[in-house]
Amino acid sequence: MSLTLLAVQALNGLQLGLLLFLIAAGLTLVFGVMDFINLAHGAQYMTGAYLAVFFYGHTGHFGAALALALLAALALGLVLEALVWRRLYDRPHLDQVLATFGVILILTEGARALFGPSPLSLPRPEILSGAVPLMAGLNYPVWRLAIIAAGLAAALGLWLMVARTRLGMQVRAGADDAAMIGALGVDVARLFRAVFGLGAMLAGFAGVMAAPVLAVEPDMGDGVLILAFVVIVIGGVGSIRGAFIAALMVGLVDTLGRSLSTDVARLFLSPAAANDAGPAVASMLVYVLMAAVLFARPQGLFPARAG
Amino acid sequence: MTAMKSLALAAGLCAATAAQAETLDIGMLLTLSGPPAALGQHIRNGFELALAEKGGKLGGFDVNLIVVDDELKPDVAVGKAKALVERDGADIVVGTVFSNVMMAVFKPVIEAGVVLVSPNAGPAPLAGKGCHPHYFNTAWQNDSNHEVLGQHAANQGYKRIILMAPNYQAGKDAMAGVKRYFNGEVVDEIFTQLGQLDFSAELARIAAAKPDAVYAFMPGGMGVNLVRQYDQAGVGLPFLSAFTVDETTLPATKDAALGLYGGTQWTRDLDNPINAAFVKGYEAAYGAAPSLYASQGYDTALILDAALTAAGGAEADALSAALKAVAIPTTRGDFRFGANNFPVQDYYLAQAVKQGDAYVMRKVATIFEDHADAYAAACKM
Repeated sequence: MSLTLLAVQALNGLQLGLLLFLIAAGLTLVFGVMDFINLAHGAQYMTGAYLAVFFYGHTGHFGAALALALLAALALGLVLEALVWRRLYDRPHLDQVLATFGVILILTEGARALFGPSPLSLPRPEILSGAVPLMAGLNYPVWRLAIIAAGLAAALGLWLMVARTRLGMQVRAGADDAAMIGALGVDVARLFRAVFGLGAMLAGFAGVMAAPVLAVEPDMGDGVLILAFVVIVIGGVGSIRGAFIAALMVGLVDTLGRSLSTDVARLFLSPAAANDAGPAVASMLVYVLMAAVLFARPQGLFPARAG
Repeated sequence: MTAMKSLALAAGLCAATAAQAETLDIGMLLTLSGPPAALGQHIRNGFELALAEKGGKLGGFDVNLIVVDDELKPDVAVGKAKALVERDGADIVVGTVFSNVMMAVFKPVIEAGVVLVSPNAGPAPLAGKGCHPHYFNTAWQNDSNHEVLGQHAANQGYKRIILMAPNYQAGKDAMAGVKRYFNGEVVDEIFTQLGQLDFSAELARIAAAKPDAVYAFMPGGMGVNLVRQYDQAGVGLPFLSAFTVDETTLPATKDAALGLYGGTQWTRDLDNPINAAFVKGYEAAYGAAPSLYASQGYDTALILDAALTAAGGAEADALSAALKAVAIPTTRGDFRFGANNFPVQDYYLAQAVKQGDAYVMRKVATIFEDHADAYAAACKM
């Protein structure tokens, strides 16, 4: 493998990692601040993508579709919070898992009923539809650079919010001890709503950003949700910084694993056996990474919750 | 045991009485939920269209169509198949979409003494050693559409190609099908994860290897992702595929798929009156372009209609004999079964094109004529 190819694969890994970060950031905020397991986060990401396709169909403008989809994703998040989540804060995790799983089924089948089972697509905005040549026979779509930029911007924005604002202070305190900040006079219900709204918008934003690259289909959130959980477990529940580092690690390990594992296996095995072993190992690497991190640091890399 | 036999006899009598009342129960077992639901939906649409055009009758019998969803879960499918033949008294079972489901329901359906007609799944075991007089496939043996691209690559004189498929049995079978007819060098076999979303790492690998062409088998949403990312990355190599670029995925890939190749036994522009009427009728009824899967559903109804007319009923041995002798025009032209009850038919290279506002597959060349599958020789009935 040439150095160029390695660099290209690293860039691919970085981009996958930043997309994962967009999804995992909302999940880790909600999990960290409210100790609430929202399995429907992946379905909200899917909904964001469908909303963008829907609004694009009506407006024909990517920016307008993005703005409307974010507002609708926020509205959906707040409705879900009022109707379902609010009743689950004090319940055990298993009840939360069950209820949010039910929401997944409703959203997924709802998307299937409204838009049909066939995958849909969202075109890239005209201005970002070009490509940069990377190596012979391979261009890098500008849209993927936009995903990288959006991921970095979201990371910076979230860091500023968490570290520098009053809301961020409450979020950090809430992750530590929600009951105590309630006793200190913070309107916890409002804080929870704000965090949920932010999480829902982040999920929707990730869905819109992914839609021009990935197929928009009812089950698109399922696989992503699992990876997002891996990211927040590695990063430490509730930590934006942890989610950022972990998402980049997962993206790089997954991409480099997929591109190198078969070649590495060929050093030790016959080509046929390597073809079998390579992909099998590559599909496990992310989970091996998670196991290794948990072995060394059971709380994840940057746990937000003290003790 | 005698009790069982008399029960079976009674059931048989009931079926006979049902036949005299000229209604026929056809159980349809398809995957209608989950990611690949579009395939099952197209098959169902095609079958129901033909049924409607024949006034709800096949072979003169009023048809009561019982459609059930196998959820792409073999265990669920077995329960539902048993319910179809035992509780609902289905006289014929039409199904399935996927081969793993077929392998699960084959035994219970065949043992119930009814004819099983597959409008899609054609696993190798049932085409070869495990063939059965009561099992028919109206679509293809699984390898055939992949073989088309192997032959096409050989015809084009490609020296080096890369194969790409998900890491599961059907992916390995697909590669075997291509390699059966391709005589050049397979530079790399890339196995991806089932349900993989991002193919940038694989595309970089392909671009670095500089092959003459790429072959991909990526059904459903995976194919949509791959095709769009392939286009966005500007790889630009000839793209050969099967079950990846068709009318179920073209609405999502749109321009990104234009010019890409697929192997198939049907395209909308096959020049025969039945096909022309089918395409027109399908688009009028469902407002979307039909796919090969829809044509398979439609043809299955036509074939059953002819066989039921000849057999005068759904009794398994008589219907099987009539099916075996079927020689009727379908959307694919003249249709006939080979020795193993799989089609002997022409296969084509098709290409994605834009036709008006619609994206469809158009025939480019005939690759195989009267092609029988590689397993037929092993079938002893």
